[in-house]
Amino acid sequence: MAKTDKSNASTGKGLGAKLAGMTDTNLLLTITIAVFFLLYIGAMVFLRSGFLKPQTFFNILNANAALIILACGMSLVMITGGIDISVGGVTALVSMCCAVYLDYKGGNVFMAAVIAILIGLAFGAFQGALVAYLDIQPFIVTLAGMFFARGMTTIVNTSPFNVENEAFVALKMTRVNVPGLGSVNKLGKYVPAYVEIGVLVALLVVIVMFVMLRWMKLGRNFYAVGGNKQSALMLGINVKRTKFLSHLICGLLAGIGGFVYFLHVGSGSPSHASGAEMDAIASSIIGGTMLTGGVGNVLGTFFGVLSLNTIQNIVSSVGFDEAWWTGITKAVMLCLFLVVQSVVMSVRKKRNAAN
Amino acid sequence: MANSEKTSGAGFLKNLVRNQCFIPVAALLLLAVFNLIADPSFFRITLGYNSAGNPVLSGFIIDIINNGSELAILAIGMTLVTAASGGQDISVGAAIAIAGSVVLRVLCGGNARPETLQAPIIVAFLVACVVAMLFGAFNGVLVAYFKIQPMIATLILYTAGRSIAAWINNNELPVISDPKFAYFGGFIPGIPIPTPCFIAIACMVVIGIVLKVTNLRLYTQAVGINQSSSKLNGLNPEMIKVLAFVILGLCVAVAGLIKVSRVSSINYSVIAKDIEMDAILAVALGGNALSGGKFNMASSIIGAFVIQCLTTTLYKFGVSSTALPAYKAVVVILLVVVSAPTVREYFNKITQKMKLSKEVA
Repeated sequence: MAKTDKSNASTGKGLGAKLAGMTDTNLLLTITIAVFFLLYIGAMVFLRSGFLKPQTFFNILNANAALIILACGMSLVMITGGIDISVGGVTALVSMCCAVYLDYKGGNVFMAAVIAILIGLAFGAFQGALVAYLDIQPFIVTLAGMFFARGMTTIVNTSPFNVENEAFVALKMTRVNVPGLGSVNKLGKYVPAYVEIGVLVALLVVIVMFVMLRWMKLGRNFYAVGGNKQSALMLGINVKRTKFLSHLICGLLAGIGGFVYFLHVGSGSPSHASGAEMDAIASSIIGGTMLTGGVGNVLGTFFGVLSLNTIQNIVSSVGFDEAWWTGITKAVMLCLFLVVQSVVMSVRKKRNAAN
Repeated sequence: MANSEKTSGAGFLKNLVRNQCFIPVAALLLLAVFNLIADPSFFRITLGYNSAGNPVLSGFIIDIINNGSELAILAIGMTLVTAASGGQDISVGAAIAIAGSVVLRVLCGGNARPETLQAPIIVAFLVACVVAMLFGAFNGVLVAYFKIQPMIATLILYTAGRSIAAWINNNELPVISDPKFAYFGGFIPGIPIPTPCFIAIACMVVIGIVLKVTNLRLYTQAVGINQSSSKLNGLNPEMIKVLAFVILGLCVAVAGLIKVSRVSSINYSVIAKDIEMDAILAVALGGNALSGGKFNMASSIIGAFVIQCLTTTLYKFGVSSTALPAYKAVVVILLVVVSAPTVREYFNKITQKMKLSKEVA
């Protein structure tokens, strides 16, 4: 199949043939990135108002740094052929534990981050072990994980509260200015564009995951196991360990994402990050990851998160700002992407069969 | 003679353990025994009178049967969907919100506080059925024709459902004052048993007859076990998958009617929250493979009551409703670990080894 694709590309004329010559992962990635730029440029041209300011873009990043990290972990698990719906619950649990630790126990920020990562790793390791070594369906295991995390959050503390730890508030308020992209406000004063610390963490996560999935042996193992377990086994890949690692890394990222979320909102609450797991799954899918496994890319996931939130911004700035439009917009977008993916894939399959 | 009796006893035990209903029934018995030891008053049923002066039965057992009705009804549809498509519908909670919202919308006719019902209840229910079945068909088409994994396809409705429900009623919270509407989720005057039980039993009887008379069970299982071979045998696997989702839609409409009738109103973000998880757990607890294929309807329904029994037991021990999921999760993990094939194999090996060592001795 790869051979015919290549010959197609070399003899191909124009864009269509080039698209046909891409691997599944790259094709879906291209679609996602194209859609994101179309959306954003369209918004800049037709809506002008906020979208012309670079800060609008950075605000989307600021608000969704945690989601980017969660979605990266989700993509990894989905590439390996599993699913992890506990990430939202873990995020809430991490926020609550860190909040209680910082405010009631008077801990320092560094230890809070360590606690966050440990909680994430614990969830990842336990779920991974059940999925990989006991062969239990990942959906059920992580569903229980989600229930457990949500329940534990209220057991740790029932009521939401803001954290007033000084060191933490200072870190929360830290802004990293982006040179050259500021804007002049109404008073004629120059306001620099900024991102929060969490965005830097998120970008780092995306880069590390991208490098790992593309160029490292471990990363290719994930694709192999997700694509075809049987042949991965025959290639001598330790399938169980690979599955375990995918859940472990997802748990780790859920811990980090939870801390970044906590850093953004600065409070602990049982209702934090409700539905984050579904947003993460939706972003991964929009980013071209397929739940069947073996196809996907964290770069696509990154753009998936951005697309999802850009369209929400567009919808609310057009005037549909009632709460329910957010849900409906998200669903329509997801539906569209799923159908496009499904159609593109079936067309390619037919073409490959014809070749 | 004693020896032969022993072996037949062992054979009986083996058959019992192999029966699919064994796990949910055993779990139910375990919970019952636990409650009996902890506090026998769990089983007390008292006859009292409600605010309208009608005789009503109350007690934890009645609570379980009453509140478990919606779950049991959903478990019916979820079992079929799981068997046919090898995936689960995670949108049932959101779909219940839509169905409930439709019922209220038709009954209120746009006015949030109507003095009288604007339409007969049966009409409202039928409209809700049609709407819920349409949404079911939407899920089914995505799954069957676009070949999207069921969990992901239903994620769409899961995300949008509660928003659509709010949109149907213009984000108002209609309240029905007509006492007749409350019969479906409460008590019919003169009958002390809660109405949802009757509705649930009716659903069970209907699905029992359908499975007995029609080829639904055979076709669903054939599609679930091997889609392409069922196609070669002249079945239309796509249609059967859509049908399973439509049947689930019907179950959702019934559950939605009960849910809104219980409170005579609706809260879009709270109604039937997390019920999809309970319904999936009921199917899994019933020993049905979540990857599709063979199914056992009775054990799914028993599974639903096990979940409800667990919930009620936890409530009784003073667990707050927000902390409830943590305890439920522990129980679920224990159950799935015990019933995991690898763990079972391991235990089988141990028992065989013990037998061998006995024979040698």
